[in-house]
Amino acid sequence: MPGSVKSAVRRARRMLIYGLKRLGLAVLIVSTAMLMLFAMIYVVPGDPASIALGPRATPEMIESLRQRMGLDQPIWAQFWNFYSRAWMGDLGVEVLSNRPVLDVVTEQLPFTLALIAGGMIWSVGLGIPLGCFAAVRRGSLADRIVGVLSVALIAVPSFVVAIYALLIFAVALRWLPAIGAGEPGNIGAQLRHLILPSLAVGLGWVGYIARMVRASMLEVLESSHIRTARAFGLPERQITYGYALGIAILPTVTLLGVGIGQMLSSAVFAEIVFARPGIGKLVYDAILTRNYPVVTGAVLCTTVFFVLVNLVADLLIGALDPRVRSSLVT
Amino acid sequence: MSEAASSPERIATQRLERGAFTRALLKILREPMGAFGLALVVIAVFSAIFADVLATADPLRLSPRDRFLGPSAEHLLGTDQLGRDLFARVLHGGRIALAVALGATFLSLVIGVLLGLVAGYGPRWLDNLLILLFDAVKSFPTVMLALTLVTLFGPSLMAVVIVVVLVSVPSYARIIRTQTIQLKSAAYVTAVRSMGAGMGRILGVHVLPNVIGPVLILASMDIPVVIAIEAGMSFLGLGVRPPTPSWGAILNDGFANIRESYWLVVAGGLPIVVTTLGFTFLGETLRDVFDPRFKAR
Repeated sequence: MPGSVKSAVRRARRMLIYGLKRLGLAVLIVSTAMLMLFAMIYVVPGDPASIALGPRATPEMIESLRQRMGLDQPIWAQFWNFYSRAWMGDLGVEVLSNRPVLDVVTEQLPFTLALIAGGMIWSVGLGIPLGCFAAVRRGSLADRIVGVLSVALIAVPSFVVAIYALLIFAVALRWLPAIGAGEPGNIGAQLRHLILPSLAVGLGWVGYIARMVRASMLEVLESSHIRTARAFGLPERQITYGYALGIAILPTVTLLGVGIGQMLSSAVFAEIVFARPGIGKLVYDAILTRNYPVVTGAVLCTTVFFVLVNLVADLLIGALDPRVRSSLVT
Repeated sequence: MSEAASSPERIATQRLERGAFTRALLKILREPMGAFGLALVVIAVFSAIFADVLATADPLRLSPRDRFLGPSAEHLLGTDQLGRDLFARVLHGGRIALAVALGATFLSLVIGVLLGLVAGYGPRWLDNLLILLFDAVKSFPTVMLALTLVTLFGPSLMAVVIVVVLVSVPSYARIIRTQTIQLKSAAYVTAVRSMGAGMGRILGVHVLPNVIGPVLILASMDIPVVIAIEAGMSFLGLGVRPPTPSWGAILNDGFANIRESYWLVVAGGLPIVVTTLGFTFLGETLRDVFDPRFKAR
């Protein structure tokens, strides 16, 4: 007994070391991303202050905004200001309304998160049954059709899906609303507004998940405990959906990190096509009005979010799969 | 003809290579998905090359009286909101899509392979630095990266190419790096090094040919992604500038006028669907035929 406790403690410590290492790497990656973002803004031709104020600004107005934005300081001081404040959650203020950028971004974030969650539901809800269906009928015509369908779903860009969904279900058939996110407080309307955009965000991932589930399902169905279950005469349906599927789903967690990043990209298009509020719409509108602090702030927030999701996914995989854990902790 | 070119060995390898190419082509055609993909790709490439011959109309000529026309013998795909011939615009848009896809992918390959070789063969600190940079670039969601770059440099074809390079180089470089590290300590590389070969010769002659295969397959599978990036950025008005025809720009015209005419959206979206499907099906089959793991054996 003491031996197993000792090994459990050792395992927990290794897990902790792995987690800390991975966290350190995430901080380093975000820092480098911030440096890149800062460098990109610095090399942009033209003075951000005069661009933000437009052509009718007086030299005094520009000078005062330059001071307020810290543009009169040396470059390393500017970067340090940007960097240290960003870690404290201070992403500067929006040029025109004087509101903190972080407030502006967090106001829009729930809409994008809802969109991604909806996309997840579509992709998991369609992808897992499709993958299962194909795995059970391995080698049949149905299996091959699902295979080609998965590849096709992966290939077609999400913005084309978004526009065709808009054309068919909102403009031609008028089944679902085309514009906006629904009135605040009216959950039914908000959900109806979410159906099409989240379909556009999630449809591509149906293909990835179906393929992944099919492959791991085939592997699991060959394993010895499933063979034992079969030998005991359990009904095939119960074996497939009761025992095999639960194990076969685990590897899809590895897709989670990459998936959310790509869904963030698709969400930008979906928000623009369906005129929904959200981070993507925010950045797009900020670009059109040359509102730089909002662009950098929102891009930084999505980057941090993406890195965090990847961190969580990696830690989850480490916790779920001992093989990964042992290969990563050296 | 030089002596080397006519030597028996050279002729033999040429014949062998031609045989391998024909065999690969046959293998692709035997797969229904591969044959279908190849057919779509041939159609896309052919219609882009011969855009001037196939579409006699000028893709830029405005004709306000002929707005939103449906398909007819004169306008095979109808006309857009400015009365321009959509068939001509779609074919000329294909030129831009394919030129960007091939050009940007080639550029990313060159940069990615060079950085991968340097990271894999160079000193440890440089390797760590490059990997950190790759991870940082990868941590921006693609569209966010595109939006930031366009804010700074303005919308242009160049911005599209930069986005493609930034998105693809890290993955190419990582693959090359991993394999280069494995080969770095291989017996034959050590032997060549001890015979006095310089780093350039070792990497170019002895390492590169052995690590390039998987990256070429990955790049061929990335072509539909690059086409989607160009179309997506042009759709948002961040890529090709109007009035130049681009599939994304046509789709955007259709989106803006979606209640006036369904044709515009169909004409803008369909070529994107057909081309990305074709390249993806072909790429998937290519990968199955030349499985890198199989090739490494």
